[in-house]
Amino acid sequence: MKEIEEANREALRRIFDAEPVLIDVQAAAEAIPGLGERVVLHAGPPIAWDRMCGPLRGAVAGAAVLEGWARDLEAGDELAASGAISFHPNHHFDAVGPMTGIITASMPVMVVENRAFGNRAFCTLNEGLGKVMRFGGNDDEVLNRLRWLAATLGPALAAGLKYAGGLGLKQIVARGLSMGDEMHQRNVACTSLLLRELAPALARTSREAETLGSVLEFIGGNDQFFLNVAMAMGKAIMDPVRNIHGSSVVTAMSRNGTDFGIRVSGTGDAWFTAPVEMPKGLYFPGFSEKDANPDMGDSTIIETIGLGGFAMAASPAVAGFVGAGSAADALGYTRSMYEITIGQNPDWTMPALDFAGVPTGIDIRKVLETGLAPTINTGIAHREPGVGQVGAGVVRAPVACFETALVAFAETMGVS
Amino acid sequence: MWRARRPFAERDKVTANELLEAEVRVVNIGLQAFYLDLRARNVAAVQVDWSPPAGGNPKIRDLLAKLGS
Amino acid sequence: MSATHVANRVRPNFYLDSVALMRLSKEVSAGPGVETAALMIGSETNKTLMREAGLLTADGAAAGPNDLVIALRAADAAAAKEALARAEALLERPALRGGAGEEWHPKTLDTALTGLPGANLALISVPGEFAAAEARKALDRGLHVMLFSDNVPIEDERALKETARDRGLLLMGPDCGTAIIGGVPLAFANEVPRGGIGLVAASGTGLQEVSCLIARAGQGVSHAIGVGGRDLKAAVGGIMTLMAIDALDADPRTERIVLISKPPEPAVARAVIERVGRSRKRFTICFIGLAAAELPKNAAFAATLRAAAEDALGGVGVASSGVDAATLARGLDGKRRWIRGLFSGGTLCAEAQLVLRAAGQKVRSNVPVPGARDLGGETAAHTMIDLGADEYTVGRPHPMIDPSVRTELLPAALADPGVAVLLLDLVIGYGAHEDPAGDLAAALAKAERKGGPVVLASVCGTEGDPQVYSRQVQTLEAAGVIVAGSNAEAAELAAAIVAR
Repeated sequence: MKEIEEANREALRRIFDAEPVLIDVQAAAEAIPGLGERVVLHAGPPIAWDRMCGPLRGAVAGAAVLEGWARDLEAGDELAASGAISFHPNHHFDAVGPMTGIITASMPVMVVENRAFGNRAFCTLNEGLGKVMRFGGNDDEVLNRLRWLAATLGPALAAGLKYAGGLGLKQIVARGLSMGDEMHQRNVACTSLLLRELAPALARTSREAETLGSVLEFIGGNDQFFLNVAMAMGKAIMDPVRNIHGSSVVTAMSRNGTDFGIRVSGTGDAWFTAPVEMPKGLYFPGFSEKDANPDMGDSTIIETIGLGGFAMAASPAVAGFVGAGSAADALGYTRSMYEITIGQNPDWTMPALDFAGVPTGIDIRKVLETGLAPTINTGIAHREPGVGQVGAGVVRAPVACFETALVAFAETMGVS
Repeated sequence: MWRARRPFAERDKVTANELLEAEVRVVNIGLQAFYLDLRARNVAAVQVDWSPPAGGNPKIRDLLAKLGS
Repeated sequence: MSATHVANRVRPNFYLDSVALMRLSKEVSAGPGVETAALMIGSETNKTLMREAGLLTADGAAAGPNDLVIALRAADAAAAKEALARAEALLERPALRGGAGEEWHPKTLDTALTGLPGANLALISVPGEFAAAEARKALDRGLHVMLFSDNVPIEDERALKETARDRGLLLMGPDCGTAIIGGVPLAFANEVPRGGIGLVAASGTGLQEVSCLIARAGQGVSHAIGVGGRDLKAAVGGIMTLMAIDALDADPRTERIVLISKPPEPAVARAVIERVGRSRKRFTICFIGLAAAELPKNAAFAATLRAAAEDALGGVGVASSGVDAATLARGLDGKRRWIRGLFSGGTLCAEAQLVLRAAGQKVRSNVPVPGARDLGGETAAHTMIDLGADEYTVGRPHPMIDPSVRTELLPAALADPGVAVLLLDLVIGYGAHEDPAGDLAAALAKAERKGGPVVLASVCGTEGDPQVYSRQVQTLEAAGVIVAGSNAEAAELAAAIVAR
């Protein structure tokens, strides 16, 4: 339909015109209006306490203790169950968070500004591996680290970013793609590039060598640090693409460990949800499918902008996570995603595909025509809160989301 | 075998006689045997892994036809 | 049985990507007697993980961050030792996984076009209910279409062909099983040398027989354009037939043109013949069964496929077998009076019926030509079965692909005391069974042939076909089958045998 093709072209233009810049780190309460007392933001579409999975509940209890709403985890649990805490998706507050994705008032969030449209998006700082809140960790080690992020890493980064005048992100991603990153499961190149760019500014704004040392050590020791940056970038890129009448392009994909939700430009803020699927992948020693938590996190914003599973051709090693995955399989995954997208991003190209741009602009019509759902590269969390990552693999967005989305979208076009 | 995409508007249109005089280059949609025979004869061809649109769901199929891409 | 034996081996200064290590771990874990295995770099974090998983020994604990630790828990010391050896071997030889050779198949036409720039023809064989939509997509992309699918509503056929005509694109079909464009056989077609004879056919096997007779007579085909079985109905109006005539008329390679179809409805026939008259090229018109009509000077009628080939060849005769009917008839029991025809090609079945009718014989068939009866009732007639008709192909492949439909009917036919001649067609070429003659010969070998009917066949094919015409004939003759030089000749011989 002509109207749809034009609307989609507009959507694609907005994606390509984006200018995402990492400008600051702020306490969530400062950056995000409405994030007050007893408000918890989480990953995925809306969900009530009684339907939350183990890690999500564990993270909520930990956050309640962190913010001082409860004296201990048990009390935090009761507080949440009592209905005293109001839960909202990160997406409703211009934010995203990986895995449990919990954001509460005192947590530092990175601020990415899309200079082409003036909007901002927020994401927490990546805590590192193992026992962390994004996997439902909530003991003193976890909370103390979060306090350190708020007190030390956040402000140091903020100072460095302001000194540097912000960090342009599209270029870092472009270079990362040529270095084997896909920005979801593999971020080591982009993390290194970020650290390289910011180190002088961090040094010059640091008042104390040991603090600077711990900041550099933390970022340098965390291969996935850039994940959260990429997520905020993805949100900043996609938010201006919302609410284009007649556009069938997906503006968000997200999971809360129970439901998978998508949003489509032409249907505004409506969520189209279906039960999450189980990732298929490889497990760390001692773990298997029976330990795995269902799919969770806002990190699918990365696939929404054409990276992650969509850019697997740039990151053949990641394909190893899928059964007998080979480099050729990695190319195949990306090729499949061209079937369901409307364009290629000229700024983000992949050497292994003769510098073809990453598949961009997921069209719900094409998903349903081909039966190919978006491919997502994801970490796999333990189903028990606080244990951490137990593996990594590939998961698909449920086709059912796209079916209900299509029906609603058709209605906006006067078609039934 | 990968090529960068070009928009369809730029494709050269071929009329009936141009087809007869040109080298036939086939997109095979359906039975794979036809594609394999063409490849065995070194004819330029590609095999489409076709499956019913919308996984056969008639309501979705109907909407897709109306909202067509 | 509990696995209690833990063993480690350390490879110093050895690095492998963590993903590769995880894959290897999985493979080693799957070995006999192994409960769990882990291959990890000897960093503190990893050693903690392995220790907590009960996999670390003193050896592993002593490893450093530049070393690779192979850790496992197995049923006993022997299993552990073997598993460690296997792990080491895997580290030596990188496993070649999956396919660099595995081909990429796009899921949609649009993506296919990105992988095949300059694509000019879509060959569509999806189920009928989806076929029109796919054909329309292809036309919208500026592709010519060969539509093999059948069960496409005739209204859709008309609409598609009008669109195609407006854009100068060919739409061959629906139900078009055969075409040869630029020397390239498409779907069920034969390897035919290039030459000056152009063919336009509403029938697949009709096109195959004429093109093969031309090839075996030493001449060649410029292009063979299929138009689909219904093109010459009034509801479609011969759109593609007329376009094909235009194209071949303008084609410098084409010197003469053959039209092959069932007799069209009168208005359409008129339009086609009028168009033929406006051409400077010589036409052979084979409206199968029609013997004559008012024709322009540049056209001649042919009532059979063989006659069409001979006319197109410029009067050169199609080779005949030289077999003498009387010789074959000798030794046939007097009670044997009937011809049993079992055909895989519908048009070949029709041609055989017409030849028998022309010889004054009574014919009945599941797809009777004018003058023949249907199968109910009259039994005192020769029985000609088209095994490609719908009632025989529900839930089974077409007999050209899978001869078992016919092979199953052979024993009864051979044992029937009233049958004088078993009349068969063997169609080879692309798409057909890899060895129809061999299949038939094997079936015949199982039967008692002495005193039985004459088995008479023709082979629709060429030397260039994968099955190789002469080899098929050889196999048949070795099996005691009489091979005629064409389907028409086979029917003539059959008629002559029963007329004794």
